[in-house]
Amino acid sequence: MPPIVQVSDLAVAFPGAGDGWRRVVDGVSLTVEEGEVVGLVGESGCGKTLTALALFGLVPEPSRVVAGTVRVGGEDVLAADEKRLSALRGGVAGLVFQEPAQALNPVRSIGFQVSEAARLHLKLPGERTDELVPKLLAEVGLEDPAALARAYPHQLSGGQRQRVLLASALSANPRLLVADEPTSALDTVSQQHMVELLEKLRERRQLSVLFISHDLALVGRLADRVTVLYAGETVEVAAREALLDDPRHPYTRALMQSQLRVEGGGSQRLPTVPGTVPRAGEWGRACRFAPRCPVAFERCRAARPALTGLENGRQVRCFLASDAEEPDGKG
Amino acid sequence: MGKADGPPILAARHVVRRYPARGGVRWGREREGAPALDGVSLELWPGEILGLIGRSGSGKSTLARVLLGLETPDEGEVTFDGRPLGSLSDPEQRRLRREVQVVFQDPHASLDPRQSVGGILAEPLAVHRLVPRGERRSRGKLLLGEVGLPTDDEVLDRLPRALSGGERQRVALARALASGPRALILDEPVSALDVSVRGQVLNVLLDLCERAGLAMLLIAHDMRLVARLCGRVAVMAAGRVVEEGPTRGVLESPAHSATLELLEAARWLSEPPRAETARSPGEHSADR
Repeated sequence: MPPIVQVSDLAVAFPGAGDGWRRVVDGVSLTVEEGEVVGLVGESGCGKTLTALALFGLVPEPSRVVAGTVRVGGEDVLAADEKRLSALRGGVAGLVFQEPAQALNPVRSIGFQVSEAARLHLKLPGERTDELVPKLLAEVGLEDPAALARAYPHQLSGGQRQRVLLASALSANPRLLVADEPTSALDTVSQQHMVELLEKLRERRQLSVLFISHDLALVGRLADRVTVLYAGETVEVAAREALLDDPRHPYTRALMQSQLRVEGGGSQRLPTVPGTVPRAGEWGRACRFAPRCPVAFERCRAARPALTGLENGRQVRCFLASDAEEPDGKG
Repeated sequence: MGKADGPPILAARHVVRRYPARGGVRWGREREGAPALDGVSLELWPGEILGLIGRSGSGKSTLARVLLGLETPDEGEVTFDGRPLGSLSDPEQRRLRREVQVVFQDPHASLDPRQSVGGILAEPLAVHRLVPRGERRSRGKLLLGEVGLPTDDEVLDRLPRALSGGERQRVALARALASGPRALILDEPVSALDVSVRGQVLNVLLDLCERAGLAMLLIAHDMRLVARLCGRVAVMAAGRVVEEGPTRGVLESPAHSATLELLEAARWLSEPPRAETARSPGEHSADR
């Protein structure tokens, strides 16, 4: 079976000064196999959200996809017309965003919003949606679904809103769920509950999931495979345990070392990564992590390593793992 | 913890804070009529790092606002250096404003987007008449150095939007330090920051605490953070402090279910399932 998501060498650019385009995503590759949960990890400005939007043909104006391929559920997203894209959005793939407060319409009832995709894609008549909504709300673990369907977003807590969004993303029975930072506005206890819920839904619905987060530990809870982004490009891809046990890219190692555990008793310094995440599009033509990398050498500051396949489906973009170089003359 | 040195810098005693219930709310976090703070007592002693931990809606941020004097308790009292806030004279009020500073979660929202970094840092110096106009830029550079930012004119002339998230949060911290405080209240100071810069900001806080003897009240929902930084911790749930004590002891033998819940979530989130407990990851399970 072909992968449900296949992104290769994606580049998204904003119009820059003069007639140039400034690439803010440049070199993202990503696959999600049917039935698989893939974690997409990266920090602010690394291109996570634009990548997620590109899957739905939703890259916001004035930015646009300037290179690469994007296939979702067999559809060539970059070539598809609006009609095919709307079949994709909510139909083949559901999307959940970080900020549940912003993603819900404040003047529409929860029931109306949860059933929107079902009405659009499944063409359900009114009485059938009336049955569907409470089922969906119960499925995402919300209590008293019948009453909740009549409530409005402001009457809900953050955790409840996030579950409502999830219910609405699932209402047309998509095969793929894309969840962009679904837990980062939640406290740790709600984070745990959300991840447990996603595990359950994935099992029950045979869902493929793209789980996007800045939190590697959280991704490690849920994902079968992890794709790590840094500065607009994919730097490492590996099965979860292979990645956590033996991270190969220095950035992945830095992320692992920055993870906190429940330990200590006060006044203990934290491990740090020197420097800052480069601003989108300001990353030059050499290795983008080189300025912060503890093991960078001369070549890293002169050329850009290529994302290279190693054993067991692992891919790494680092000269210490492979000699392969990106052909220059891009961007 | 410094109790011999005199009164706590800030203390809440049996504080109750109620908000008017919103009409028809059935699904809100708080039950109708339940006070946001329901008899909270807490002391912040000189030089200590106290963690205030709890779930969203447990009352942490309300307690912070009450301690800062931004909200008045409906019952109970808040003291600054042992004196009730309500009875402070004007000069004592100004001393409170100078000596207790606050840093919020989102530096985007707390920095004036039209003011340069230099202007942002000069404001408390001017308001509290601490440094004459001509010396404020050089003091600004000193403050940038304190928080680990480059101490040059170029940074002082930048607007907040030209800074990264971590840099913005350090500017917010530098501004809080400008008036020479004895206590900082930090409301989720790193939860909006990237993982790779979070450590830098937190280590700056630890340095400040050790070097300048600053007391800190760190508000967080993540036990991993509190475990690492705070010598003492208070756990809030439903508007009450339900457990309090040295961090080590609380981690070893949590007494309240709310503490246990936070601890278990933090452990669960930081420990990925291993092969024997993981559910079938399909064909990629062979990938190791």
